[in-house]
Amino acid sequence: MFYIYCPYCAEYREEEEFHPKGQAHIARPLDPMATSDDAWGDYLFFRDNPRGVHHELWVHAVGCRKFFNVTRDTRTYAILETYRIGEQPSVTADSVSTGSAASTATLTGVQA
Amino acid sequence: MTRVAYFDPHPAPTVPRQSPLHHMAEIAPTGDVAVTLREHAFRDHLNLRGEPGVLASAVESVTGLALPLEPQQVVFGDGTSLQWLSPDEWLLIVPGGEGFRLQRELRKALGDAHFSIVDVSGGQTLLSLEGEEAISVLMKSTVYDVDPRHFPVGKGVTSVFAKANAIIRRVDDTRWELVVRRSFADYCLRWLLDAGEEFGIAFQRAEHEVDAREAAPAGEAEMTT
Repeated sequence: MFYIYCPYCAEYREEEEFHPKGQAHIARPLDPMATSDDAWGDYLFFRDNPRGVHHELWVHAVGCRKFFNVTRDTRTYAILETYRIGEQPSVTADSVSTGSAASTATLTGVQA
Repeated sequence: MTRVAYFDPHPAPTVPRQSPLHHMAEIAPTGDVAVTLREHAFRDHLNLRGEPGVLASAVESVTGLALPLEPQQVVFGDGTSLQWLSPDEWLLIVPGGEGFRLQRELRKALGDAHFSIVDVSGGQTLLSLEGEEAISVLMKSTVYDVDPRHFPVGKGVTSVFAKANAIIRRVDDTRWELVVRRSFADYCLRWLLDAGEEFGIAFQRAEHEVDAREAAPAGEAEMTT
């Protein structure tokens, strides 16, 4: 079981209270009519499936019912960070591979 | 003022209504009763939504309760309570019959601000769980950590309860409240009675709840637009 930190409730909650909602940070094209079919198809249907650090959208379905972002390692299932909608991740694939954000990675998301 | 149609869902105390648990028989306290379960039906539940900066002063002036701004915080007044549900959502529970008046006053105080007030009284009901073993019954029922070190008085959370969900809040050392959905009330109550059986549990129905307007009936039925 995950023990997930909800950035809105400001505490760890059981995984049972949450639902995953797929990849995070997918921006809808600002002008759909001027968007090519390829770009629209990418936006609508295609998702990353990385091995390693992945940013996901989760919802605290039974708690505060807010959506938030989770940075998760798909190899270990370890949650590296959770952050609010509209914020940018401090832990990314780049920062993990270079090790520069290794210290910040343990700040908010990693289970004790 | 924003044009919103709202009405008193229960315009007079004389209009009959049924609690969600009207069909459940009372269980009288016999022998060692470590948990007493009560239904507090017919309270008025208002769901308030808006930015805290918008709601705070109006809510405090109308209800007398300070809007809880910290996550999981709940404040209790005289028969009233106001609970943080999410960063822009609160649950106000007041004695039956006061909801419509409060809603009208809140709308007046908030004017053109961006907010929403929804009367959810018909959709949920309030249960209280009292006794030294109440915490044990909760431990059997929810995944949330109700240990006193983690769940002090004045905290309230929405979490998984049995196989449904419920708002769980702590009123004092041995008294807890549950807000459950109307359609799950029967299930939750049966679950609680089953969970509490080993400690000795009593159940009191809601008949003793008195409508606030029965004392001073001012009840004009009206629809405000």
